[in-house]
Amino acid sequence: MIFLIGRAWKFSDNIDTDVIIPYKYKARSIDPKELAEHCMEGIDPNFSKKVKKGDFIVAGRNFGCGSSREQAPVAIKACGISAVIAESFARIFYRNAINIGLPVIICKDFPKETNEGDLIEVDLKEGFVKNLSNGKIMKINKQPAFLERMLEVGGLIEYYKKFRKFPWE
Amino acid sequence: MQYANIASKDFQDKVLADEGLTFSEKILSLKRSDEPGKVAIANEIIVAKVDLTMAHDGTAPLAIKVLDELGIKKVWDNSKVILHIDHTYPSSSEQIANFHSIMRKFAKAQGCHIQEGNICHQYMLENYVVPGMLIIGADSHTNTQGCLGAFATGMGSTEIAAIWASGKIWLRVPESIKVVFKGNLPKGVYAKDLILFTIGKISCEGANYKTMEFTGSVVKEFSIDSRATLCNMSTEAGAKAGIVEMDDVTKEYLMSLGREPMLEVHAGKEATYDKVLEEDVEQMEPYIALPHSVDNVKPVREVEGIPIDQAFLGSCTNARLEDLMIAAKILKGRKVKEGVRLIVTPASKSVYKSALKNEIASILMEAGASITSPTCGACVGTHCGVLGSGEVCISSSNRNFIGRMGSTDSKVYLASPATVVASAIKGVITDPRDYLR
Repeated sequence: MIFLIGRAWKFSDNIDTDVIIPYKYKARSIDPKELAEHCMEGIDPNFSKKVKKGDFIVAGRNFGCGSSREQAPVAIKACGISAVIAESFARIFYRNAINIGLPVIICKDFPKETNEGDLIEVDLKEGFVKNLSNGKIMKINKQPAFLERMLEVGGLIEYYKKFRKFPWE
Repeated sequence: MQYANIASKDFQDKVLADEGLTFSEKILSLKRSDEPGKVAIANEIIVAKVDLTMAHDGTAPLAIKVLDELGIKKVWDNSKVILHIDHTYPSSSEQIANFHSIMRKFAKAQGCHIQEGNICHQYMLENYVVPGMLIIGADSHTNTQGCLGAFATGMGSTEIAAIWASGKIWLRVPESIKVVFKGNLPKGVYAKDLILFTIGKISCEGANYKTMEFTGSVVKEFSIDSRATLCNMSTEAGAKAGIVEMDDVTKEYLMSLGREPMLEVHAGKEATYDKVLEEDVEQMEPYIALPHSVDNVKPVREVEGIPIDQAFLGSCTNARLEDLMIAAKILKGRKVKEGVRLIVTPASKSVYKSALKNEIASILMEAGASITSPTCGACVGTHCGVLGSGEVCISSSNRNFIGRMGSTDSKVYLASPATVVASAIKGVITDPRDYLR
């Protein structure tokens, strides 16, 4: 979980939760596998079939804007995506992703320097992202320590199961 | 319901009188439990005690599952957990009916309140919200509830489950943007137009992580219905909360429902704002958000004439009594264009009953509208008005993302109730001022 490597799938600014997972699918199921099949359907109906385990979503500003649906990061994670790297995130998506154990990485200039299919390496411990296809290396915005602790164990449920308290307590 | 104030009386008085703090800083200073008695300043991360929580049929089933996985048998305070079956009510499929059953069983076992058939935010305003509360809802439009001088924000299912377990949550104290609307509101221009104009100006991420405080002479004269529209749409600018401070209009509304404020919070006169937007509304006109982004805003007159298949008057944004009255005023003695469907979904049973009593409902139906029972249905594309491939809808709701109301090949235009029904009459996007002369 600390060291990740995979290919980049590029997305633009303001990718909203209705595109990530339309309500009609989340209304009838909370099964991550079923949600994953429809992930990003509004932009690319075959996205979930094309993603390989460990790949990254690399996006522009305000990723995950829109609804509070936690099924959005759940669908992305269940597709096999190991982390989302974006210039910035919408607030509820950002919280939801960490809570369900999907790393969300803020790196302002990295998406602009990355093309679809580039090979990416992420080191969450040392706090950097590296584009192995063009050699660019950049620092990741630091998260509050309690959020890092939650991500390390795989999310809020796992944290509570392990320590019998919530990360902010 | 018992309100638990954590702060001492002295600290409370000091914070409420502090002229240097924003609304958000004041209210969160009084709710913080990590360091009670310490003022909470913008950007600081705090842990706060929550006064009220809610979840609906799109988010509660997952929260219930999470609570079970955490091994927690009882919620921290069952009087503060409100469940709503509203997103697909009545159910449209067997799978959804099963989720509703899970919620009913949970509510019964926990002894918490569950309601069915009212849009959650409207029901919360009618029954629970009072000024000074900290409210967390498993729905992004929980911001709506800030229109009664509360701090209300949305989160996801897992965090709601954590609050149900402990009564507390972490929050970053938001910076604030002050939005001042002043001047005389022109005919045909409503709260929805003001907020669409504002989002068009600052963009759909213009208030990310921040509180939007709405104020000025126009807001002071606005009804609670109009204030709810402003706060509701603050979500679409990325805001964490949308606030209208308590005043006489709020007091009157609460009194009519037999409720009292918890705390009367006013922003300090010397508070620090990230931005202050002063808007003279006299220059404003009806606005519309074009597909597929809420900040793609233009004056209605610039896009008049685009043919529509459906006009939708509903959702937590604009389906209150005031909205239905505006629609009735325009539709009285007129007909919806042949080939166009006008769907009206009142926000709550109370709104629906008033519309029946005031003959608003019959005016709408005479004009050709179909009135559905209260639900989020068409706005989220689950039922009661889902769009097919290539269809165009003008809607009084809050989002026009790709596939929001149905087919990924459909188009949604967002506007005020007046613009929605004016367009239904002509069958093309129409400036409502044509009907208000």
